[in-house]
Amino acid sequence: MFRTALRNVFAHKARLLMTVLAVMLGVAFVSGTLVFTNTISHALSKSSAKGFDHVDVALTPGATAAAGDKVSKEVKLTDATLGKAESVPGAASAYGVVSGYAAVAGQDGKLVGNGFASQGGNYWAGSGGKDVRYPLKEGSAPHGRNQVALDAKTAERAGYKVGDRVRLSVDGPVLTPTLSGIFTTDDGNVAAGGSLALFDTATAQRLFHKPGAYDEIDVTAAAGTGQDRLKRNIGKALGDAAVHTETGQQLADDQASQITSSMSSMRTMLLIFAGIALFVGVFIIANTFTMLVAQRTKELALMRAVGASRRQVTRSVLLEAFVVGSVAAVTGLAVGVGIGAGMRALISDTGAVIPDGPLVVSPGTVVSALVVGILVTLLAAWLPGHRAAKIPPVAAMSAVHAAPTTKSLVLRNTLGALVSAVGVTAVLAATAMSGSSGRMPMAAGAGLLVIGVFILTPVLSRPLIAAAAPVLRAFGVSGKLARLNAVRNPRRTAATASALMIGLTLITGLTVIAGSVQSGIDKMAADSLKADYVVSMANGNPLSPEVLKTLDKTDGVTATSGLSNSPSRIDGTTEFLTGVNGGTIRQLAQLTMRSGTFTVGGSHVVVDDETAEQHSLTTGSSFTVHYEDGKRQRLKVAGVYQHNEIMRGILIDTRTLDPHLTDAVSDMQVMVKTSGGATDATKDRLTRALGDNPAVKVQDRQDISDQVARIFTLMLNMLYGLLAMAVIVAVLGVINTLAMSVFERRQEIGMLRAIGVNRKGVKRMVRLESLIISLFGGALGLGLGVFFGWAAGELISGSLSTYELNLPWGRMALFLALAAVVGILAALWPARRAARLNMLAAIKAE
Amino acid sequence: MTTTPFAGPTTTAAARATDLTKVYGEGETRVVALDGVCVDFRQAQFTAIMGPSGSGKSTLMHCVAGLDTFSSGSVRIGDTELGSLKDKQLTKLRRDKIGFIFQAFNLLPTLTALENITLPMDIAGRKPDQQWLENVIRMVGLSDRLGHRPSQLSGGQQQRVAVARALASKPEIIFGDEPTGNLDSRSGAEVLGFLRNSVRELGQTVVMVTHDPVAAAYADRVVFLADGRIVDETYEPTADAVLDRMKRFDAKGRTS
Repeated sequence: MFRTALRNVFAHKARLLMTVLAVMLGVAFVSGTLVFTNTISHALSKSSAKGFDHVDVALTPGATAAAGDKVSKEVKLTDATLGKAESVPGAASAYGVVSGYAAVAGQDGKLVGNGFASQGGNYWAGSGGKDVRYPLKEGSAPHGRNQVALDAKTAERAGYKVGDRVRLSVDGPVLTPTLSGIFTTDDGNVAAGGSLALFDTATAQRLFHKPGAYDEIDVTAAAGTGQDRLKRNIGKALGDAAVHTETGQQLADDQASQITSSMSSMRTMLLIFAGIALFVGVFIIANTFTMLVAQRTKELALMRAVGASRRQVTRSVLLEAFVVGSVAAVTGLAVGVGIGAGMRALISDTGAVIPDGPLVVSPGTVVSALVVGILVTLLAAWLPGHRAAKIPPVAAMSAVHAAPTTKSLVLRNTLGALVSAVGVTAVLAATAMSGSSGRMPMAAGAGLLVIGVFILTPVLSRPLIAAAAPVLRAFGVSGKLARLNAVRNPRRTAATASALMIGLTLITGLTVIAGSVQSGIDKMAADSLKADYVVSMANGNPLSPEVLKTLDKTDGVTATSGLSNSPSRIDGTTEFLTGVNGGTIRQLAQLTMRSGTFTVGGSHVVVDDETAEQHSLTTGSSFTVHYEDGKRQRLKVAGVYQHNEIMRGILIDTRTLDPHLTDAVSDMQVMVKTSGGATDATKDRLTRALGDNPAVKVQDRQDISDQVARIFTLMLNMLYGLLAMAVIVAVLGVINTLAMSVFERRQEIGMLRAIGVNRKGVKRMVRLESLIISLFGGALGLGLGVFFGWAAGELISGSLSTYELNLPWGRMALFLALAAVVGILAALWPARRAARLNMLAAIKAE
Repeated sequence: MTTTPFAGPTTTAAARATDLTKVYGEGETRVVALDGVCVDFRQAQFTAIMGPSGSGKSTLMHCVAGLDTFSSGSVRIGDTELGSLKDKQLTKLRRDKIGFIFQAFNLLPTLTALENITLPMDIAGRKPDQQWLENVIRMVGLSDRLGHRPSQLSGGQQQRVAVARALASKPEIIFGDEPTGNLDSRSGAEVLGFLRNSVRELGQTVVMVTHDPVAAAYADRVVFLADGRIVDETYEPTADAVLDRMKRFDAKGRTS
């Protein structure tokens, strides 16, 4: 039996090629993902473990719990804490760590790195004035407020040498300290492409607004003292509530598990796309085996006639699938390992630095690649295998090919209609629900609808393809024959088109959602923002108070307001108060008032609809607020506004709020109105006034929209790239179907050639059939994608009030054109084969 | 003997082969399928080509019908010399001047009987002559089957559709390659009857390859081929006479 199966595989090498390729691509995707993520997480955990070499126990500030009218407060780690920790029995030494944000600009004034991984810290001059964490490569340690040290990678990228003045910014004003030294580090953040600037401890504390305090105190153990014992001793000496203590081992383990979990979400995402590609592949495999079984009807019937049981026939088909799946899985695994290595190289090229390490091909990867490849192939060949068993022995004698019965299509259509109806109902019902609760029913409904449409594709193919008849008439007989051939075997056409449909559904749906969200955000920026500019830090940190002062003094600025955040307690729950300039805010922000007036000043505040509802506040009502310094005040609601993405919560005048702040005043953003409106010149003036600061962003409304657009574009492009795999597999499917059809119809083609269709006509016939199938799949995909995009938008509009459905017609036309290109490309080879067919051999061949 | 054309005394030739030679392969595997064949197929005549297996009868038909290329010699359909034609021109010639009836796979399963009949005109982008079309359809007795697809027709009906298709475009010559090879004797007789009628009543020219003496007896003339050469011909044949002639080939085959 096995030998027969093997012979069959070899006999149909060419016809199985596309199937092998489809499975191989899917398996390669899976194993490539596994190899890549394993390699990265292995390298990252190794390098992060190195980072904890100098830490035996780490102390981080504890915090008092929020209770009653008290806001939760951090306990500070001071020199006193450090001293105590150092003198605990078993401790050898201790050093304080201060960290914060420090953007470094290159010689060209541009930010080094992406802005989020720009870190600053302190150089702890321990024994001999050296910091064991940061061995100096050149120069000396930073001393005093005018010196800084940079990591070697950053210094090289920015083009700084020891002695140069470095442009950097911590929270606003530009600093230009002298580069005192260049150090090397195995800090994971730097390894991943970030920058690290070090100051002496006092300077770091001052710059990061932590005078006399540390973010962390690291203690090393004396010889013979274990980490756990040291941790217990420190806990006893300092009080467990005041500080959190963790051993270096714990920290390393935590980080490792964090890396693993962050890699696993990436892995899950990649595997989902690999799954989509494999799912598409299933259609191709099923199609191939169905066709092979149909072509071998006589052969299989003969086997039955000479005594093979039904089970043996099924088994022979499945054995064939097993051989095909194994070949595909093994080659897929090999290609996948290559992809994994290639991806690492590619990502390194784009600038992100991945720590070095060996390529990890774990036994798990090998096993899952093989299992996935073989299982998927067997699963897809299951139905054709069972159909093969139903061939009656008498079919060996009859010349007629068994035609698919219409009866089973009736059953199929009923089932498909039912499943689709349930799917549509679920999706529609979900759109009426609120954001998060509607997600599950919508996903389930969408899944059902896709399955329903799969089942219905054969019946949909007839009217949809018939609708194309007028266009095809222009191509004469070739067009007519192409149309008839396309609907000749509806199941085959359906399976081929479905494969393409999946990719296009996802691509279209994502594009519709992204486009709609984008236009929603544009609208929001236009509707709610009256300010010409919004100034903020590149990493979203609070701005220095200097920024607001500088902007106020800048020529052409007519109104400014900071937006500061401060926690408070109202009715025993924590609410963040937003401090704004009550005098100018109405010139800078537009609020839709539900009731009352937009008046902020003294004890008058405005409250958004959600907060108002939560605390049962209405216009004119009063409530008591407990500020973070513990003081309290009665505030009066002047108006209730509808929240949006820029403004939400309680807006209070800064003059009322500022006296109660415990830390220095810090604005998250500053809104600016200028006399001339938003122009390049104004923007230049503001940027210059802020000292061409690399860390500060000055954005007008367009910039804010663009920033969102960039994120969406990046995300979309990435998803397009991943979905391209599914489309490629679908192309293989179209090629496969056409090649098989040409093979099956070679007598017909030979006859057509004999009675006067020239080579061009035959080619055109095959190409048009391919085009019809592809456009059919494309049209279905577009339809489903738009529907899903609309439905998902209904959910999103719950949380983005300005969301509006925006159908990207241009893109959709492009996708349809893509489907057409797929059709034309896929037909290249089969059409050529059809045209080159020897007509005499074709007519004579039995 | 082979250099003398077997041209009869009457009328002009619809197709003519002169010194037609067809060689397959080279060296050791060299096979001469046609060895200097000279033959005329006259207008309004029903010719049957007969011969034992491997005699080259199908090859002769394929070469004369423009389905296959030949090594040397000349073939003319009407005034057109086929040897100098490219594939595209040959295709056009087949489309416009030649009708075909094959043993099997004559019809496209996706088209109705009527659409199959008008297919050559559709390919050419010509409108069929309605009057003529109706005549042909009535003659082959398919008037009530025109909307059926081939899978709904019997083997005999399918071949009748093929005959109608060959006749419908009024070609200069119709070639049949064992047109009754797959049919039972009654259906075969019907189809052969239609072919003979088309010659007698409509003045059509028909050339048919067959190995069946009964089929050959419907023809006006039988040409016998052996080893790639024309060895004999008979006018107004009877089935018995043809069978006798064929038996002589068998005896010769056995003795040599």
